[in-house]
Amino acid sequence: MSTHTTAPPKTRPPGTPETTGMDAPTKDGVGSSARRPDGVPKVTGDFAYSSDLWAEGMLWGATVRSPHPRARIVSIDISKALALPGVWAVLTHEDVPGRKTYGLELPDQPVLAWDQVRYEGEAVVIIAAEHPETARRAADRVTIVYEELDPITDPEAALEVGTDALHPGGNLVRHVPIRSGDQDATADVVVTGDYATRMQDQAFLGPESGLAVPDGEGGVDLYVATQWMHVDLGQLAGSLGLTEDRVRITLAGVGGAFGAREDLSMQIHCCMLALHTNRPVKMMYSREESFYGHVHRHPARMHYEHGATKAGDLVYVKAKIVLDGGAYASSSTAVVSNAACFAAGPYNVPNTTIDGYVAYTNNPPCGAMRGFGSVQVCFAYESQMDKLADALGMDPVDLRIRNAMTTGSRLPTGQKVEGPAPVKELLESIRAMPLPPATPAGPLDLTRYPGGVSNTTHGEGVRRGIGYGVGFKNIAYSEGFDDYSTARVKLWVSGGEPIVEVHTAAAEVGQGIVTVQMQIARTELGVDQVVVLPADTQVGSAGSTSASRQTSMTGGAVRRACIAVRMRVLQKVVGTLTDDPGDLSLNGGKIVSDSLGMTLDLAEVIGAGSFEETYEYHHRKTSPLDPETGQGDAHVAFAFSAHRAVCDVDLELGLVKVVELATAQDVGKAINPQAVEGQIEGGSAQGLGLAVMEEIQIKDGKIMNPSFTDYLIPTILDMPPMQIDIMELGDPDSEYGVKGVGEPPAISSTPAIVAALRDASGKPLARIPVRPDDFLDFISSGDD
Amino acid sequence: MEGAEIVRLNLRINGQPHEVDDVWEGESLLYVLRERLGLPGSKNACEQGECGSCSIYLDGQLVCACLVLAGQAEDREVVTVEGLGGSNDLHPVQEAFLEAGAVQCGFCTPGLIVAAHELLSRRPDPSESEIREALAGNLCRCTGYEKIIDAVSLAGRKMAGGST
Ligand code: FES
Ligand code: FES
Repeated sequence: MSTHTTAPPKTRPPGTPETTGMDAPTKDGVGSSARRPDGVPKVTGDFAYSSDLWAEGMLWGATVRSPHPRARIVSIDISKALALPGVWAVLTHEDVPGRKTYGLELPDQPVLAWDQVRYEGEAVVIIAAEHPETARRAADRVTIVYEELDPITDPEAALEVGTDALHPGGNLVRHVPIRSGDQDATADVVVTGDYATRMQDQAFLGPESGLAVPDGEGGVDLYVATQWMHVDLGQLAGSLGLTEDRVRITLAGVGGAFGAREDLSMQIHCCMLALHTNRPVKMMYSREESFYGHVHRHPARMHYEHGATKAGDLVYVKAKIVLDGGAYASSSTAVVSNAACFAAGPYNVPNTTIDGYVAYTNNPPCGAMRGFGSVQVCFAYESQMDKLADALGMDPVDLRIRNAMTTGSRLPTGQKVEGPAPVKELLESIRAMPLPPATPAGPLDLTRYPGGVSNTTHGEGVRRGIGYGVGFKNIAYSEGFDDYSTARVKLWVSGGEPIVEVHTAAAEVGQGIVTVQMQIARTELGVDQVVVLPADTQVGSAGSTSASRQTSMTGGAVRRACIAVRMRVLQKVVGTLTDDPGDLSLNGGKIVSDSLGMTLDLAEVIGAGSFEETYEYHHRKTSPLDPETGQGDAHVAFAFSAHRAVCDVDLELGLVKVVELATAQDVGKAINPQAVEGQIEGGSAQGLGLAVMEEIQIKDGKIMNPSFTDYLIPTILDMPPMQIDIMELGDPDSEYGVKGVGEPPAISSTPAIVAALRDASGKPLARIPVRPDDFLDFISSGDD
Repeated sequence: MEGAEIVRLNLRINGQPHEVDDVWEGESLLYVLRERLGLPGSKNACEQGECGSCSIYLDGQLVCACLVLAGQAEDREVVTVEGLGGSNDLHPVQEAFLEAGAVQCGFCTPGLIVAAHELLSRRPDPSESEIREALAGNLCRCTGYEKIIDAVSLAGRKMAGGST
């Protein structure tokens, strides 16, 4: 791995003092690959995930779900279930104490369905019993009579006039139009294409789970794996009919998230059962239930038209994107906005006509997944760029570089890109990286061929291809949302040593935000010992662990709170060492006068007291999009990445082997380089999955493959070695210049892999995941 | 539980004898470890033999604890991740996973550590391909596996260095 180093960010928020720690790195501070504090318990098995929780007298919850994608509920009979020994509660919609519906953006989803079900797997009845098997048996004894209705499973059909409305406002969840430049522009060379991406599952390994403990006074404590406790809290308290102070949420260990824990799953159900039985209740989904228990990545159908001059300058892009939102809104309104805003890619396009639609259907609900609307369009626009390069007889990377966005470029929304936009540099970096050898070196190694140890080829019929992809997306929340994070930092002395306590509600989902908080506190306060308290709702909101935002938002809040603490400590010694606080810094447990070269012991200065500050970090204001033209400065910052893929295809069997991935990404500033690499590798693997294997197969509204037997995610045999170039170009608007890291790798990897497969096979491959049949001339791929 | 057969189970876990009462005959060994014996280190990402997060040793053989009925473990010897090393005496495999950055959410980690331990016990210096083949049954959704491969190689070197 090579690392570009550049100057620190050019601008700082006014009044922010310089950090000495940046010049003289503190041990395990910012910029080091500090070890994660939860690492030891995770390797010994001691780390308490939400599914590991246990309480004395605990009951087990279970959920009865609809077997139909669309039906009217005629009757619900729970009497036989309730009669089963060991069953403590069987609850229906009638038992929901507060608001009967919930939702991230629109409260359109029933806590428990009453008159109708809109997707297969919708929750109708919940049960608490002494043993999980008893709960399952009770579930079998609940009798629900349904009147089945024809499901609406095609999002385009859902939007046609005359189709039944699945919700009172009709089936259109949101339409985002974007118009820029000349709507009638014409061009020398025009390429069109229809592209489709299928439904992807986040497939975190730690199942949805939590433990609700009644407090005996009508309130409840919930320990749960989630991404944003405060937004859970609002929905939870509302549906429980309790004020927010009577519901306390503590983050339990989270076994991965990737967007799937943004929406509620078992939270309200588990608390209802606990409050009803007055006993602790644990709920834990099985893997099969998990496929029904969370939202997925929106499938997309995308029609594109690109126009360019003969020389290869983009003249216009027209795009129509239709997302299948499934049965409930979740975060669809924001996902479609992203899909539309980034539909033209990281390129300068003077004229654009973009329409993004998201529709209600009776398919499983779709919402947040890593990349959030940017993934689908990146596959389409990068496929188009390759097609255009082909039509122009140009090298595909040269075409991209020729049209690449730079700082100062404008999005189709009219927004100017203020920070670094190193599209050209990223592409040049990966193009210059060495290519893997043409044939595997050494003795025959089946794992290196398509088909692997199935021993289907030793290289016969195998052709290699190379493909490129570049993508981008917004960091943090957009369209005028007041996005913020809160940090409380306390400095005191314990056992003669200064110690820093950091408290935020930022959800650690595996990415390493706890480590980042510790690193920042060490650097800003020059103290070795830092404790990050468990994340809970006893401190202000940290916002969501999503949108690649926690390192910049919660990292920013922690840094600013530390700076406030530092100013107070230094105020205490102004006049002792020097009259100029700007001459003082904190390092190695000392207060250092930079000019006098003198130090004071920090612990002595703090003495018996403590210094505590809370800081609420807000990002720069954004604006809504104009509802007719889509114009507006809707986003705060952008992150870019590029991938090169080398793939082998067995053209006789349609089997593929991704041989290598090379990537370059601008992360602004790598707070923890090892963790940054981990994000890039993990995100790239998820992009690989979407390219060649991951699809929730839906037939007539029903999931055909709700298991890891049939829904395949990349294994260690599927994931190739990577070359990584981390650029640190410093965003002018964030603390330390950080940009989000997590999502971009999941965006640009997919189109690069598919481009390599096209290069190897000459096939159009307009739908992902690519299937073996797509390579074979004698088989028609069927449905599209 | 109504109509269910309840058994008593005797087995050795991590070197200690255990007697477990009131086990329903349908319970998996994984359930008994996690819910009855307070050993939740073995994970439950699929409970159908597809993910490897529940990997343990049963009489020295690497198995998925979710696929073993508790009754099948009667009188047998079980070793779980908790038995490989604790926070004060980490096994070199555990140490290597930390050093290489192979742990993110960590849900796959205990199973991978047991599986890597098993590989290294029969192949002290595995090639990259051997590592990939041996760990092909262990899913990880976070890391993209690069650092897991690094960790296993590193663990092999640490063990050859004689630290355990
Ligand atoms: S939980 Fe046993 S293999 Fe997945
Ligand atoms: S670290 Fe999360 S599944 Fe492997």
